[in-house]
Amino acid sequence: MNSNSYFCSTIGRKQLVGLTGLALCGFVLMHALTNMLILVSPDAYNKYSHALVTNPLIYFAEAILVLLFLGHIVIAIGLTVSSKGARPEKYHAGASGVKAGSVVAKNMWKQGIIIAIFLVYHLITFKFGTYYKTTIDGVEMRDLHRLVVEMFQLPLYSGFYVFVMVVLFFHLSHGLSSSIQTFGFHHPKHTPKIEKLGLAFAALVAVCFVSQPLYCFFIYKG
Amino acid sequence: MAGSSAQSINLKLKVWQQRGPKDKGQFLEYDAKNVSTEMSFLEMLDVMNEDLVKQGKEPIEFDHDCREGICGMCSLVINGSAHGKDQAITTCQLHMRRFKDGETVTIEPFRAKAFPVIKDLVVDRSAFDRIIQTGGFVSVSTGAAQDANNLPVGKEKSDRAFEAATCIGCGACVAACPNASASLFVSAKIAHLALLPQGEVEREQRAYGMVHKMDEEGFGSCTNIGACSASCPKEISLENIAIMNREFLRGSLTHRK
Repeated sequence: MNSNSYFCSTIGRKQLVGLTGLALCGFVLMHALTNMLILVSPDAYNKYSHALVTNPLIYFAEAILVLLFLGHIVIAIGLTVSSKGARPEKYHAGASGVKAGSVVAKNMWKQGIIIAIFLVYHLITFKFGTYYKTTIDGVEMRDLHRLVVEMFQLPLYSGFYVFVMVVLFFHLSHGLSSSIQTFGFHHPKHTPKIEKLGLAFAALVAVCFVSQPLYCFFIYKG
Repeated sequence: MAGSSAQSINLKLKVWQQRGPKDKGQFLEYDAKNVSTEMSFLEMLDVMNEDLVKQGKEPIEFDHDCREGICGMCSLVINGSAHGKDQAITTCQLHMRRFKDGETVTIEPFRAKAFPVIKDLVVDRSAFDRIIQTGGFVSVSTGAAQDANNLPVGKEKSDRAFEAATCIGCGACVAACPNASASLFVSAKIAHLALLPQGEVEREQRAYGMVHKMDEEGFGSCTNIGACSASCPKEISLENIAIMNREFLRGSLTHRK
């Protein structure tokens, strides 16, 4: 590829990280909201999960998701590595106060690593985890609800899950508004509102996800 | 910095000393005694250097020129912050009254791969010049000066262009950015010219050329941390970086070579 191409430039790659990130924001929002069916009933949860996995479009959707995650991660790693290389000799004294910049923004890559590790573990635990069977309205399907409750009743697993969701909160709280800036939109009146919206979005997603282990651990009495 | 109301203070200075670009470098510790609080930071270094010369030692090299905050020559990272902890000033505008008696002050050069150390605290910022050479100018022939009213520029746009144009190219944005990104500098130049009718003509090739040159020089990428704008002596806004991002996208889409 021509080294002067858009996809080789830092801004081009940043815009791709932002674009994939925004698409993933849509995914986590749907994931978080539909997970709230756990508060409705085990049957509602299992029926939704069954409807998802039996939809023929699922393979297409999963392929897109894998591409989005891989694209987001691989491009972000490339950018982070070159940025780290842009300062071979570190400062011996650290900046403090406002000149130090946003702590969340500085640590996006660390949050990304934690989320990526969690993602793999999460797929192993649930998607490829124990297959319990149940029958609802005469249809045999996976009892995902049972597995979820079992996992979230383990204090160590729940603790780890809540920790990662807090990390996800920080990642999204910067990521959403930051991607808008990267696409080239900044306005003295609207940017503060976009930042607040990003914060509210991150809080909504994190609260939905965290409410599951809390519900299973403290309230649900199978 | 709480600052001092005393007439003079004593400081312990930890100053970076490096013989050349390839040298590893180390800190030189120096006791600065009876430093007048009315001196500027650079004057304090002048006094230190005079003492070093008297002792037969080599003075510490540092950059300076106008000493009134407009030339962009002075640099220094003081206690981890570019141009010191105070905002909207250059190192030459920093005064010793902003330090406490007995304080240890760490002085380092602007650190970035694209800004190699020449000696001690002096770094080579010619990467900025090379970026400017790829498009940070207006090259259209304008002929004789025409009546100003023939070229109307909206007040709001001219204000924004002027704000971007206040960038003195000191490099504090690069020094402060954890990614050593030059985005604030490059974007200030791109925005300044793109917002005005004279510069608008070449906006696409300008953004395209300058951004690729910035990458080629080895600066990091922007992750919207905001340390650059907070450290900028001229308080250049992050809005310029957004302008650069969209100008570059536009430039990439329309580039014909």
